[in-house]
Amino acid sequence: MKEEKDIDTYPHKHLLGIEGLSPPSIKYLLKLSENYAHHLIKKSKKLDLLKNKTCINLFFENSTRTRTSFELAGKKLGADILNISLGSSSIKKGETLVDTAMTLNAMQPDIIVVRHNDAGAVKLLSEKVNCCVINAGDGPHEHPTQALLDALTILRRKKTLSGLTVSICGDILHSRVARSNIHLLNTLGAEVRVIAPATLIPVDIEKMGVKVFYNMKMGLKDTDIIMMLRLQLERMAGSYVPSIREYFRFYGLDRDKLNFAKPDALILHPGPMNRGVEIDTELADDIDRSAIFEQVQMGVAVRMACLRALLEH
Amino acid sequence: MNKDKYFNLNKKIKKNYALVNTKIIEPGIGVKDNCGLLIKGKIIEDFGQHIQVESIPENYEVINCKGLSLAPGLVDIRVQIREPGLEHQETIKSVSKSACSGGISTLICLPNTKPVIDQPALIHSIQRKAREVALTKIFCTGAITRDLLGKEIAELQLMAESGAVGFTDAIRSVADTKVMRRALTYVKSFNGLIIQHPEEYNLSSEGIVNEGEISTRLGLSGIPYYAEAMMIERDLWLVRETNSRYHVSHVSTKAGVNIIRKAKEEGLKITCDTAPPYFILNEMAIENYKTFTKLSPPLRTEKDRISIIEGLQDGTIDAIASDHMPQDQDAKRLPFNQAEYGAVGLETLLPLSISLVKNNFLSIEKVFSLITTNPAKIMNLDSGKIKVGNDADIMIFNEDKPWKINPDEFHSKSKNTPFDGMLVEGKNLMTFVRGRLVYKNL
Repeated sequence: MKEEKDIDTYPHKHLLGIEGLSPPSIKYLLKLSENYAHHLIKKSKKLDLLKNKTCINLFFENSTRTRTSFELAGKKLGADILNISLGSSSIKKGETLVDTAMTLNAMQPDIIVVRHNDAGAVKLLSEKVNCCVINAGDGPHEHPTQALLDALTILRRKKTLSGLTVSICGDILHSRVARSNIHLLNTLGAEVRVIAPATLIPVDIEKMGVKVFYNMKMGLKDTDIIMMLRLQLERMAGSYVPSIREYFRFYGLDRDKLNFAKPDALILHPGPMNRGVEIDTELADDIDRSAIFEQVQMGVAVRMACLRALLEH
Repeated sequence: MNKDKYFNLNKKIKKNYALVNTKIIEPGIGVKDNCGLLIKGKIIEDFGQHIQVESIPENYEVINCKGLSLAPGLVDIRVQIREPGLEHQETIKSVSKSACSGGISTLICLPNTKPVIDQPALIHSIQRKAREVALTKIFCTGAITRDLLGKEIAELQLMAESGAVGFTDAIRSVADTKVMRRALTYVKSFNGLIIQHPEEYNLSSEGIVNEGEISTRLGLSGIPYYAEAMMIERDLWLVRETNSRYHVSHVSTKAGVNIIRKAKEEGLKITCDTAPPYFILNEMAIENYKTFTKLSPPLRTEKDRISIIEGLQDGTIDAIASDHMPQDQDAKRLPFNQAEYGAVGLETLLPLSISLVKNNFLSIEKVFSLITTNPAKIMNLDSGKIKVGNDADIMIFNEDKPWKINPDEFHSKSKNTPFDGMLVEGKNLMTFVRGRLVYKNL
């Protein structure tokens, strides 16, 4: 096997997904993120690496943490930030995604961060603009910066990803976080499991290199990392699960189920949490076990790294 | 480029033609070299090896077809014409130009125009317009249910009387079993044909691509393959009971082919067709969210694709239709979820069907039976064959000519093809409809 060499630049124009990124590309982004994490923790001064660069946050879907995280990341690097939030209703009023893309492109931004509720929409937009594009979530497809910040959080606690067992639990079917994480974790050598009721497991997910568990206790057995996913409450209406209490009974993370994981297993959650739906409220606040708030902090570092990596060229 | 130069829009020109030195390909006759064919007025006067240049009477324009082949004009049983209602995508005139440039002399349109063809007046109006402007023959199918809503059956017998060759709810299945049962029962009295778009509605309505690894990776909601099988199986119970004429459109799955094969062995008089995307492409074509590959039914797996070819080989699948579904740019230049379904197909039907010969799956006669005689028979039409006294619906084509599919050269108003840039063989050069040379690109 050819030895993979470390690289010192990010080799692509856009960051549209984790799928297809080489291990050195991912490692490069994580290394850069680690540097910025130090920078943030030391509460160092604002940088001016992206001075005079314009960054547009284009959100077609509501988001608080991802958007503020990108905004903060951009500001810490000295970029000019423009936030555009278009609820899905305003898209229906007329302008198509491609028109929006071309309009914004005419303003000559350096980078556009996009979230959209349709899979593939960010890719479509990236084909119509000249600047760099970061996917901040496209439907159930990918959310690459979330996977990177999860990886960074794990790396800081566990030093490596290779050889770890990671169990992703919850609504895998509708989750872009799950998909990006599966790609990233597999690429860097972790063993990935997914745990959910069968209605929330997408068909042929095994072919993406994961083991499927319907029983949460078995799925958590000897696992190093537990990634809980948010359960959208409208899934009840779609008959994916019958009720919150039934879901919590079998797939909510509590002490009892947690005991099956390794004693030092770490709990992650991309937020926002539904306390009492997918996670016991006491566990969510247990700072020894849960890295949920650390994830938010790493989110800023990762987004600084991604903005920087794409604008380096 | 003036694309109109290829078409003869003047209806008054009446000529007799002698097509000589050609190879006749006709499913009933086989392949015959060194033949000639005489067209007198509207009809085929004579054909065979005895017709040679020396023996042509006067008043005939002699066309030397050396190196070229002659076949019946193609019969395409699944075309969306978009007029009335969506003329920016296609019109009766543009669809007929597109068709005859692709060698099609007879096309059957779906009722999903605006308004829907669900009453005789619409059929009369389309037929009148077609007589005025169309270069090809155009027949209509009528809606099974009013406004394609799937609730109450439309005026089926009145439409049949006005010329509807069959009934279908176009791109929707008749989801309500009771309504389907009534429709199949009702058409018995006048031997009408019911055509089904086979998808179990509740399973397919939220999906947009084939369910499987690809849909999971791309984060697109899937339609399981068995949605097709379930709908066909449901209908077969009704067909057993009513014994009505029943046709399944664009079969796309292995399971679908298997069920139809068994039903035919059982002796049920059912027929089915498929379309080129289902034997040329598989779901891998969707990669990168190419909306031109968003079709209904969706592109399936490689296994399904091979089963479709097997179904064509053993006669389970009776016909190939273009499944022509014009969409304008705006309807496709959208995120995959929001984009419209469908692809144009009239101008690629011939070469893509011939690819089955080039890849040694089928003989050339067999392929032509799938695009001429068989579809004509399904629709009870006298088209699609070469017979003395019949309308002279003829195409002259080059079996081996290599070319590259380029949507900019299409005569259709819409350019949405998943085959852009594909290298193919076989090109239509001349089309006669009722003895009139309507398309010529020699």
